[in-house]
Parts: sequence; C-alpha cells; structure tokens
Amino acid sequence: MVQALGRVTIGTVRDLGKTGWFLLYSFYMIVRRPGSPVQILKQMRFIGTKSLFVIVLTAAFTGMVLGLQGYYTLAKFGSEGMLGTAVALSLIRELGPVLAALMVTGRAGSAITAEIGIMRISEQIDALETMALDPFKYLVTPKFIAAMISLPLLCAIFDVVGIYGGWLVGVKLLGVNPGAYFYEMEKSVVWRDVYSGVVKSFSFGVIIAWIGCYKGYYAGHGAEGVSRATTESVVLTSVLILVWDYFLTSVLL
Amino acid sequence: MIRLRNVHKSFGSQKVLDDLSLEIPEGKITAIIGPSGEGKSVLLKHLIGLLQPDSGQVDVDGESIVGLRRSHLNRIREKFGMLFQNVALFDSMTCFENVAFPLQEKTDLPKDEIRRRVLSALEDVGLRNIENKFPDELSGGMKKRVGLARAVVLNPKIILFDEPTTGLDPIIKRAIHQLIKDTHEKFGFTAVIVSHEIPDIFDVAQNVAMLYRGKILQHGSPSDIKNSTHPAVRQFISGSLDGPIHMI
Repeated sequence: MVQALGRVTIGTVRDLGKTGWFLLYSFYMIVRRPGSPVQILKQMRFIGTKSLFVIVLTAAFTGMVLGLQGYYTLAKFGSEGMLGTAVALSLIRELGPVLAALMVTGRAGSAITAEIGIMRISEQIDALETMALDPFKYLVTPKFIAAMISLPLLCAIFDVVGIYGGWLVGVKLLGVNPGAYFYEMEKSVVWRDVYSGVVKSFSFGVIIAWIGCYKGYYAGHGAEGVSRATTESVVLTSVLILVWDYFLTSVLL
Repeated sequence: MIRLRNVHKSFGSQKVLDDLSLEIPEGKITAIIGPSGEGKSVLLKHLIGLLQPDSGQVDVDGESIVGLRRSHLNRIREKFGMLFQNVALFDSMTCFENVAFPLQEKTDLPKDEIRRRVLSALEDVGLRNIENKFPDELSGGMKKRVGLARAVVLNPKIILFDEPTTGLDPIIKRAIHQLIKDTHEKFGFTAVIVSHEIPDIFDVAQNVAMLYRGKILQHGSPSDIKNSTHPAVRQFISGSLDGPIHMI
C-alpha cells in the first residue's frame, strides 16, 4: 500500500517535471532556433486560418444567445439599452478567449498531438535525432509561435462576430435602439478589457501548443498509444484552459 | 571504431542488455544476429545515443557518448547515418525532399548542387523518376532504397542498418544486400547491420556477432560463426527447434 502510494507519487512528480521541462525547453528553443518562417506560416494556416469557420460559427451563436438572454434579463430592470455593454464585456473579457481556445483545442490541439504521436511511433522523430537535428526546431517551436500569434487574432474575430450576433438578436429582432447598443458599448469597454482578452488568448495559445506537442512527443506504443495521447491532450488542455482562466481573471480584474 | 563496454540496459523488470561488450571495427560491415526480441535494435540505438545504458560505456572513435549534452552528442551523431526498420521516411515530404532534407539542414550547398546530389543518390540505389512521389506511394523495397539514399547522402563515416530487408521478397532482399555491399565499397563507411537473414548476411558482412540473452555469445568472421560449436549459435544458424533457444 505504502509502496504503491510512493510509486504513484514519484511517477506524478516525475511527469510534472518532464512537462515543465518541455515548456521551458520549448521557450528556450523559440529564442535560440525558432524554425523557418515557412514552417511557422504553415502552422498559422493550420491552427489559425483553418479554424476560422468554426470560430465564426461559434461566435455568431454565442453572441446571439447572449443577446437573447441579456435582453430578457435587462428588460426586467428597464435597462435594455445596456445590452451592447453586457454582450461586449462578456465576450471580450471572458467568452471570446475561452470559447475560441476550446474550439481550437478540439480542432487543432488534437491534430497536433496525433501528428507528432504518429511521427514518434513511426520513428520519424528518432530519424531527426540521428541526423543530429533537434526535433523541437521542426515540430514544436513553429507550432508554439503559430498558436501564440493565431489565438489572439482568432479571439478578436470571435469578439467582433459575437458582438454582431448580439446586435442581430437585440437590435434587429427584439427592437433595442441601435444607437444605444453601440454607444453604451463604446462608453463601457475600456482598453484594460481588451488587454485582458489578448493576454488570456495568448496564454491559451501557449497551453494548446504545450500540451498538444507534449502528449504527442511522449505518445505510447502503436495506434492505441496515439489515440490515448490525443484524448488526454484534449481533456487536459481544456481543463487547464478553464483553471488558468480563473487564476488569470483574478489577477487581471 | 565503436566499443561497448559492460553495457547494461533494462526496461522495467526486463533485462535486455546484460554486461554486454563488443568492438565494431572501422571500415568493415559488422552484422548483429540473434533471435527476435533479444534486443538487437536496442543495442543499435545505444550506438547512436538514441538510448542510454543504465550502466557501462559506449565509445565512438575513443569518445564516450554516455551522458553527453545534446549539443555534444549531436556533434558525434554527425558521423552517423541510419536506416530504420520501418524506414522512418518523413511522410509529409516527397522522396526528393526526404533525401534533400539532411543536405538542406546540415550543409550550405546551393539548390542546384543539392538537386544534383539527391538525384545521384537516388540513382545509386536504382531509383529514377520517383522524386515527386510520397513514401506512401512506394513499395516496401523502394522505401528501403530511398531510406538508404537518405542515409548515405551526407557521406557519413558510420551507417547503422536496422533489419534492412525485413518483410521484403527474396529478390528484393538480395538486391538490398548487394546495394549495401556496393555502397560500402564505394564510400568505405563502417556498417552495422541488425539482421536475421541467415545465411544471406554471411555474404554481406565481414564480422558477425550473435546476441542472445543480453550478451554477445560469439563474435568473429562469417566462417567462424558458421563453424561455431556453441549450441545456441548452431541452433540459430540451422533454424532448428531443438536446442537451448526456446521461442515457443
């Protein structure tokens, strides 16, 4: 019993150390050898551009739901004019970064793990090492850089589309004054709100690339190993995004 | 020369290499033979630092590669080329890009010269007009030959072959063995081949070492091994079910 507990504890501490080292080494490599611009652009296309459709779709419906819920809640207090503020602040501070990151995790995070995992089990990573090349330069750092740039941009698109989704429901369907919708929004949203959204989505980009690459890099044997790594990657990334969001919000508020 | 001294390696409770010592002479073809699952590929990965021993030493040209920093190890790895059991071609690249990759990353050669060397390396292994194909579009034998072209393109001092003919038909097998002999004659590298192709491997190798239960049972010329009196070596060479090696 005590032995088993000790084994689990040592294993957990070792895994945490390995995960932390992976992140530190990735940043070291970003500074030392960031990879070729072509590779980074390819990854930005994969993580960013190819996620656009799902981001726009999610953002539009999130904004529309916020418009609907916000309108009926504010109507109870006769403050329908504040709908623009409610929608914009919810999206810019919280929902935009978090939902955009969760969507990218499902679409690109899982694919990153599967790609690197398959390269691991088919000895392609070993082949890079035997050529005296650092696999991080080719497989990890371009994905980190691409995710750190793409996530804030996707989050900005999410916010804008979401605000117009709220406008569609609030102004066009429910009759809120269009001037009030945007005027109240402009009055209430300050630079600090935008800044907190950018910081959050940037750090979520780091989490997606970190866990996605780590789980793939240390994937187990065979197809089952890659499948397990992919599932673990999506679950762990999603949980980390939500936990990290809480701590970041408490600091940035 | 590559020298392994008292190397131990275990995975969990399974002992794979047990106080193994072996010397691999420079400029010759050394074959490592032995039953499946006895750690031949593990031994090969120790030679290039893909695996580190639990204890013991691995020396390459008199320099230990155990516990080295990555940058230092990479300097030694530049002497090596490797053909993997599953070839390990980059599946997102064409054959041309696969063979060109080491040249692009490790040299400052102009594009035209890289193109010339890649086409020449592919031609040396008997492949033409496949440069734009992806590895998935090739047969097993063709993939092995592309892998061989990638392994020799930087003209390394040492080349490791991990079961280069596994899963190939007898004619392609013979062709790959001949190709290894021809490229060895042309470039004069040190070759280490993990194989269980008996008796073909005796025509290719100049030295043969038999690995069994984590140790080198016997090491010598092909004729020494063929005329061995050791019961396990004799059983392995004859492929007999009777003897000290129990696989089933």
